[in-house]
Amino acid sequence: MIEKTMPDKTKVGVGLFLFSEAWFFLILLITYAFFRSRPADGPSAANSLNVMHTLVFSICLFLSSATIHLAARSFRMGDRSGVSRWLALTVALGAIFLFGQTREYLGLFAHSVTISTNLFGSTFFTLTGFHGLHVLMGLVALGALLGIAISGRLGAIKPSGFESVAMYWHFVDAVWVVIFTVVYLWPLIA
Amino acid sequence: MKDAAVPEALSGESFELEASEGWLSWVSSVDHKQLGIMYLLGAFVFFLVAGVLALLMRIQLAVPNNNFLSPQVYNQFFTMHGTTMIFLVVVPLLVGFATYMVPLMIGARDMAFPRLNALSFWVQIFGGIMLYFSFATSGINGGAPEVGWFAYAPLSETAYSYGPGVNYWILGLLGIGVGTLTAGINLMATIISMRAPGMSIRRLPLFVWMTLITGFLIVVVMPILNAGLVMLLADRLLNAHFFRADTGGSAVLWQHVFWAFGHPEVYIMVLPAFGIISEVIPVFSGKPIYGYDFVAASTLAIAFLSLTVWAHHMFAVGLGHPFDLFFAICSMAISVPTGIKIFNWTATMYQGRVRFTTAMLFAVAFLLMFTIGGLSGIAFAVVPIDWQLTDSYFVVAHFHYVLFGGTALALFAGVYYWFPKITGRMLDERWGKVNFWLTFIGFNLTFMIQHVLGMLGMPRRVFTYPALPGWEAMNMISTIGAFVLAFAVLTLMINIAISLRSGKIAGDNPWDAWTLEWATTSPPPPENFTRVPPIRGRRPLWDLAHPDRTDEMITKLAG
Repeated sequence: MIEKTMPDKTKVGVGLFLFSEAWFFLILLITYAFFRSRPADGPSAANSLNVMHTLVFSICLFLSSATIHLAARSFRMGDRSGVSRWLALTVALGAIFLFGQTREYLGLFAHSVTISTNLFGSTFFTLTGFHGLHVLMGLVALGALLGIAISGRLGAIKPSGFESVAMYWHFVDAVWVVIFTVVYLWPLIA
Repeated sequence: MKDAAVPEALSGESFELEASEGWLSWVSSVDHKQLGIMYLLGAFVFFLVAGVLALLMRIQLAVPNNNFLSPQVYNQFFTMHGTTMIFLVVVPLLVGFATYMVPLMIGARDMAFPRLNALSFWVQIFGGIMLYFSFATSGINGGAPEVGWFAYAPLSETAYSYGPGVNYWILGLLGIGVGTLTAGINLMATIISMRAPGMSIRRLPLFVWMTLITGFLIVVVMPILNAGLVMLLADRLLNAHFFRADTGGSAVLWQHVFWAFGHPEVYIMVLPAFGIISEVIPVFSGKPIYGYDFVAASTLAIAFLSLTVWAHHMFAVGLGHPFDLFFAICSMAISVPTGIKIFNWTATMYQGRVRFTTAMLFAVAFLLMFTIGGLSGIAFAVVPIDWQLTDSYFVVAHFHYVLFGGTALALFAGVYYWFPKITGRMLDERWGKVNFWLTFIGFNLTFMIQHVLGMLGMPRRVFTYPALPGWEAMNMISTIGAFVLAFAVLTLMINIAISLRSGKIAGDNPWDAWTLEWATTSPPPPENFTRVPPIRGRRPLWDLAHPDRTDEMITKLAG
């Protein structure tokens, strides 16, 4: 009898973890949408957010999904300099996104829009804040991979380990696609 | 594969076995068997603590207009009793059994992620300690949370719970939640990726099947709770507005989020118990389980339906007729796959050679008691009955029949069934019978009467009651029952203490069971198996012992 090979445990584990993360963000998104349907006075997505400004930084995050894909491909093909190059670009794009989010937050704070201002503030900062934390965690993981790649010890990394980080980064990116649509683009349609 | 299969971890992974000694070997352990034992012991300690809280509450309720506990302390006790029993006792006991047994039952060397396994356990323990730390603040302001295990807003908001108790509750549950979530991921990955050759998904022991589906529910609903908790924490610490109706928030939203987690959580607490029952009943009936596919498939149905029934906890909110109708129908529907299982277990015993060991007694008692809890549960799916009985002692009676009469009895069955494997010695059967009957009588004395008290209108979560006709006697009966139950737990502890020293040596397979955990020594060696027996069916040890009539041959004969 020939045995089928078992699914890779690392990918299964990370996949399940991301599946659970999706539910976490789903609840925060539903909460955002729920309170958006009961408009209140004061700051809102329509009167406080700068869509164009955020779009520029969002494009950086979307692009980083492509660069991590290229890094993973270089890793599979054994192209070590390619891995370092694409990883560095991914980290840079992610960092630019976080820089943009920080600037956006500081701008909102300057106009006294905080988590305690009203329900827009509560839902907006909780939702985007948790996403930002996930980007930060991703940068830590990518930075670790980059450090390993630069010091020439990529051979110690299992393919499933590298791909897990890539999976996580794609997930963080995909979540932002949804958040950007719901939080920033929805007011444009309405 | 010819005869012996080598577990994946032995052949491929570079896994180092360190022979460290003493208590430090436990603290630093990543071995699933040691961690499983620590899960069970840690949960048992919390079980004793929460049990003492329950006894103190029953003393307070023994007579009307009592002042043994102040209202504030009583509120803290029922909050901590519920939270502890659910998050620190039942779930860790089930996760503990799964952590110990699943790798053995699928012929693996260890869990998929041994270090994550240790992290899950320790985060959960420290979450529990964090929760109990709230008692230490009682001298300053408030003390432990006084909000019930579901912490309804706005009571759980700072306006009504200004002390730090609820903050400890939130942080404790976040820690415990992370521990449970990672344990669920780990168990699922283990079952998906670490099975020995031949252990196909349709040959999994049913306890492993139940654990797999429980893992799925954990992965889906723990993040829902975590999302609710971080929003409540933002309300309390950062002055956000999620659940504060006075500033536009919605208290009902908390109920939705909490119960979207909370009801599947009930099934997280009962599915592994179904798994234990599905192992114990066939072994002690001398027959394979009746309708394996139905038991497995009905569990999938339960898992999906359990995600659609949460608002039956909220009929009293006034969500509107269509909402109530939808959730009432789903709640009734979920009783169908559960009923199928009761039928399967009963049919397994039918015409079997039943051995009434203590484990089997607990399993049979589970069938009876869980059915009672299930039937009172279906009653609650009828909206007007819910309106009449909600927040009364009928609810208390109902969920104790499910969680004690169901899960706890199954756990006792599991203890008597697997103790020989874990320790190498048998539990004493005479003490076991005493343990069983005290538990059975004490449990029914405590909770059966509460159905009546609830129908007479006695509200739950109120620290005392007036001397209405009959209430005093019934409450006294309930309190006496609680102490009988406490003695039952004492007999279990005595039994364990005696049997650990001088119990009969178990040998590899004392029950003539069929699943792989019985193929290795008791207790198993660090690497679990020197060789895994060939797996050609659902009962590899039966096939090994009866080469002339293996399950494979019987299936072929049956066509």
